[in-house]
Amino acid sequence: MSGPLTVFRSTVGTKVIMGATGVILAAFVVVHMLGNLQIYLGPEALNSYAESLRHVPVLLWGARFVLLAAVALHIASAVRLTRLNRAARPQPYELWSPQVTTYAARTMFMGGLILTAFILYHLAHFTFGLTHPEHFALHDSKGRHDVYGMVVMGFRQPLVSFFYILAMIPLLLHLQHGVSSIFQTFGINHPKVNAFVRGIGPAVAWVVFIGNVSIPLAVLAGWIPYPVGGP
Amino acid sequence: MELDGRVPPGPLEQKWDRLRNELALVNPANKRKFHILVVGTGLAGASAAASLAELGYQVSAFCFHDSPRRAHSIAAQGGINAAKNYQNDGDSVWRLFYDTIKGGDFRSREANVYRLAQVSVNIIDQCVAQGVPFAREYGGLLANRSFGGAQVSRTFYARGQTGQQLLLGAYSALCRQIGLGQVKMYPRTEMLDLVVVDGHAKGIITRNLVTGEIQRHAGDAVVLATGGYGNVFYLSTNAVNSNVTATFRAYKRGAFFANPCFTQIHPTCIPVSGDHQSKLTLMSESLRNDGRVWVPKKPGDKRPPNEIPDEERDYFLERMYPSYGNLAPRDIASRAAKRVCDEGRGVGPGGLGVYLDFRDAIRRLGVDVVRERYGNLFDMYREITDEDPYQVPMRIYPAVHYTMGGLWVDYHLMSNLPGLFVIGEANFSDHGANRLGASALMQGLADGYFILPYTIGDYLARAKRPKPDPESAAFRQVEKDVRDGVRRLLDIPGKHPVDVFHRELGKLLWDNCGMSRSEASLKHALEQIPRIRERFWREARVTGGAEEINLALERAGRVADFLEFAELMCLDALERRESCGGHFREEFQTEDGEAKRDDERFCHVAAWEYRGAGQKPERHIEPLRFEFVQLATRSYK
Amino acid sequence: MRVTLRIWRQKDAHSPGTFVTYQKDNVVPDMSFLEMLDALNRELVERGEEPVAFESDCREGICGTCSLTINGIPHGPGRGKASCQLYMRHFRDGDTITVEPFRAKPFPIIRDLIVDRSAFDRIMQAGGFISVNTGGAPDANSIPVPKPAQELAMDAAACIGCGACVAACKNASAMLFVAAKVSHLSLLPQGQPERYRRVRSMVAQMDREGFGGCTNTFECEAVCPKQISVRFIARLNREYLKALFLE
Ligand SMILES: Cc1cc2nc3c(=O)[nH]c(=O)nc-3n(C[C@H](O)[C@H](O)[C@H](O)COP(=O)(O)OP(=O)(O)OC[C@H]3O[C@@H](n4cnc5c(N)ncnc54)[C@H](O)[C@@H]3O)c2cc1C
Ligand code: HEM
Ligand code: HEM
Ligand code: SF4
Ligand code: F3S
Ligand code: FES
Repeated sequence: MSGPLTVFRSTVGTKVIMGATGVILAAFVVVHMLGNLQIYLGPEALNSYAESLRHVPVLLWGARFVLLAAVALHIASAVRLTRLNRAARPQPYELWSPQVTTYAARTMFMGGLILTAFILYHLAHFTFGLTHPEHFALHDSKGRHDVYGMVVMGFRQPLVSFFYILAMIPLLLHLQHGVSSIFQTFGINHPKVNAFVRGIGPAVAWVVFIGNVSIPLAVLAGWIPYPVGGP
Repeated sequence: MELDGRVPPGPLEQKWDRLRNELALVNPANKRKFHILVVGTGLAGASAAASLAELGYQVSAFCFHDSPRRAHSIAAQGGINAAKNYQNDGDSVWRLFYDTIKGGDFRSREANVYRLAQVSVNIIDQCVAQGVPFAREYGGLLANRSFGGAQVSRTFYARGQTGQQLLLGAYSALCRQIGLGQVKMYPRTEMLDLVVVDGHAKGIITRNLVTGEIQRHAGDAVVLATGGYGNVFYLSTNAVNSNVTATFRAYKRGAFFANPCFTQIHPTCIPVSGDHQSKLTLMSESLRNDGRVWVPKKPGDKRPPNEIPDEERDYFLERMYPSYGNLAPRDIASRAAKRVCDEGRGVGPGGLGVYLDFRDAIRRLGVDVVRERYGNLFDMYREITDEDPYQVPMRIYPAVHYTMGGLWVDYHLMSNLPGLFVIGEANFSDHGANRLGASALMQGLADGYFILPYTIGDYLARAKRPKPDPESAAFRQVEKDVRDGVRRLLDIPGKHPVDVFHRELGKLLWDNCGMSRSEASLKHALEQIPRIRERFWREARVTGGAEEINLALERAGRVADFLEFAELMCLDALERRESCGGHFREEFQTEDGEAKRDDERFCHVAAWEYRGAGQKPERHIEPLRFEFVQLATRSYK
Repeated sequence: MRVTLRIWRQKDAHSPGTFVTYQKDNVVPDMSFLEMLDALNRELVERGEEPVAFESDCREGICGTCSLTINGIPHGPGRGKASCQLYMRHFRDGDTITVEPFRAKPFPIIRDLIVDRSAFDRIMQAGGFISVNTGGAPDANSIPVPKPAQELAMDAAACIGCGACVAACKNASAMLFVAAKVSHLSLLPQGQPERYRRVRSMVAQMDREGFGGCTNTFECEAVCPKQISVRFIARLNREYLKALFLE
């Protein structure tokens, strides 16, 4: 390897890859949440949004490819970095009293693993329709794939909702540290912007958390009608 | 015997250039055939090792530290002098030369000091090129500050960390050569003896401080850059591991030890607080630029300092030395502090302290400027004493700081043993009987970067000696002596840690061979030292074994050497029947208590030759001839 | 004052270590932590036991030799201090104090509380310098350096190479140390010619030594006796990224 490709070799480069893929993943999570929030606008809004995404397969598959590649690289880098990091301290301290290292920063890898598990389940649930084929098969009045119905029906089962809500906690932590961390990884650290940098991670993380968690909670609370007109 | 300093003839300004023109050269292709052993990688040693390697010599470098970057040089705070005259305040090579000669109370070699002042300018150039971040003005050019003993601003500095930055510069140059394979570095390796073959220094014996392995190293020349011996006093501002072992063992192999009694007591250190103390902390001399030194006028005045009105304060340095005031040279300021404390006017526990007060500076400059200039020193003081120097004056007291004495060297920096070169604080140096602030760093780097690399080539080119053989009998014999020495320490039958004896020795020396000395005190010390030594060899305990990391053993060897060396120091102090610089003999003082030199009888270097265990060493002299400056009474009034 | 000390004892790099408990009486608040250990060692020798091996030299926070993890914090409680600058007045009568070495694979323990930090030297040898030979340097004032750059370079250059950053980092990463050195030289005009080569070779050596990577947890800055800022790590990242494309 030579030139820019050496980025794959060093720990600094590996971290840069985590950062770059992290940006993509974080951006996806934010946009995805915004998309999901359309559920509050009713079935028409959400289903047509979903339909319109599917309308341009190039874009959809392009995005999926980028996303998949990002996840793969992110995970591969995470595994590599974490292995190196753990090997660098084979004998732990008997007493370790971190002064500033946050819980979020300490649990990035475990959090990531839980997220991976969640994503797999989530894909099985909503994208491949494996866990609840009956919800997956729903269609709305215009004959479109009824994403709205699928989500509401899914979250009406307390266990599913509970699992989603639980999974949003590692995401919260991961983004809290991760989003602020991106700036440092790309060399942005200046007293003038540091207040912003330090705040942006938690801000994004909480917005995503609240946005996402609100959906299953709202469904369970019965605020989201299905079929429209009320059960 | 009269020693010959090999000073080249001719006008002072031309001596060094002339000599350089005449030195024999080693052909570039032959340089790599010569192997040079450099012991010590502080400022002097690291700069020498790097420069020699750059020239193409094969270098092995040794230090007892775990890394060359930790040498004691790192602790120097204040700065480094150079006759750049960047401030346009009338500085010149001549003035730096004259200040240094005068500051040293005319007990150093004119030609050496002049050369030092000449190369001082190259040092700054070299260091800047290496990336040493010296303080700068807004225009981007270098800043200077003034320092004790000078009336011009010629001191370059990097915050309060000048020694650190200079050492990191030299260390980085050394690292580069290690990386290139030109220098083989032996950290955690202590030199325990010198090997002399046919009168020439040809090798050293070392102990690996991790494995305990004793090794022979042969070389075409040996360079000692092992620092000073201030720790003979136990309490000093030196790093706790600094020691005299390398130079003292070389002395025992025939190298002459010059002026061992010339030790410097620094006026601004934090006073001793209890007998648990392991070292004393220096408060940079730069504090005297803005701080004012005083004691109460009335003896025994126990009021808190801020309650003592100005009329009842004695700003004694300003009173006694109006033209230099608080910036009087170190020996003078230290003695003045001692005098007022002896009068019962000292402050703090035991009455051993004087105030260094920033009240007026804070009023004049504002607290922010003072914080910017001295903030880190103030914090350090507060951490150690639990007192806030922004609110109450600092308490300071003199402490042992630097040793002007060391192995005797000629103008080529070679000792009387051909092939043995000595540089930095380890040689008897260019500072005479007292060193001016910011001159030790200058000397160490001058020796290592700009002098030794020239002069050593001359020796190598002329000596034409056969390659030394580390398997030879001479090497094996010295190795055996070293092994026996280690064994002897481990076999001491007593039960007390060696520190006990070291501390006792230190107190004895401080009281009897410290800031002031007298025939009676020195004779007392000379009587007591052998007793402590005897008890050491009977009552000490050195735990652990020889083939492992054994800090107790390392310490024990160093303390054993101090216990012998102390005697030489007192003997030298006794024989020098005059007062000069840091050497103050009570019998020789003027009416107002200033040092009284005796140029008739003592205008010379005393160089001691070892004559065997239990024998009185022999005192040789090198007369000091002043052709270019007038011997004058030093006055800072 | 009386304190209970739990100290890591280990014969050499190959033997396993363990904690040994000592009672230390007659501690006075004005003692430094290391002087308290000195006193303990004197007592141990008097009793015929092996003293605790720990390293120190300058005892004023500049040489970087001392290296204790005290109560789980490299260099102990309090910001901006090396172990040797810690005073017993920060502890209370009856406290139990745990003392461990710096722990990291590239810093093998060679006895008790002593670790081998030569990995740092090798990183420096890989590129922590400006290649100028002695002699021939231009006049010092022919290279003006803007004061802000010089000040920032000095902030970075203040690193004492103690390794506490590594000891504190959950990944045993040496980034703060390397960043300090890279920044110091890359901020100065003198450091420009080797700027990108330097960062690449120092980072490569850092990795070869087996230090972990940085995950921006900033613990290093918190324990650094010279309070070297993690801004320099950002700067190193920047330098490294530029080096990828510029060389
Ligand atoms: C607190 C303090 C502040 C100072 N401030 C200033 C200042 O502001 N300006 C100034 O000009 N001077 C100052 N000085 C003086 C100056 O720092 C020293 O004189 C100078 O640094 C000595 O450098 P050196 O290279 O000769 O020796 P050192 O730096 O002491 O290096 C000695 C080297 O020798 C090695 N060594 C020693 N013995 C052996 C052995 N037996 N075997 C193997 N290796 C060995 C050590 O490991 C080390 O590498 C200060 C001194 C002190 C104590
Ligand atoms: C939704 C999915 C994910 C998002 C949005 C995301 C986002 C991020 C971001 C922004 C960073 C910070 C990068 C930097 O500091 O420059 C990061 C770091 C990290 N991620 Fe993820 N990530 C996701 C999934 C994962 C997964 C699945 C894993 C692991 C298996 C993982 C493991 C890590 C690790 C170990 C880091 C660490 C570096 C650190 O501690 O800073 N992440 N992630
Ligand atoms: C409560 C929160 C969430 C809801 C309601 C939700 C809902 C959905 C729905 C309905 C789909 C299918 C869209 C379609 O088929 O058109 C989907 C797909 C997806 N979701 Fe989520 N999601 C949530 C949280 C998350 C989170 C936190 C992540 C990532 C960490 C995530 C990652 C994905 C991915 C990767 C897909 C597949 C996209 C594709 O088809 O390419 N989701 N989500
Ligand atoms: S960066 Fe700080 S903690 Fe790390 S080695 Fe340097 S001084 Fe020590
Ligand atoms: S603690 Fe470690 S994770 Fe990075 S910011 Fe410091 S090196
Ligand atoms: S002993 Fe030098 S930094 Fe602590």
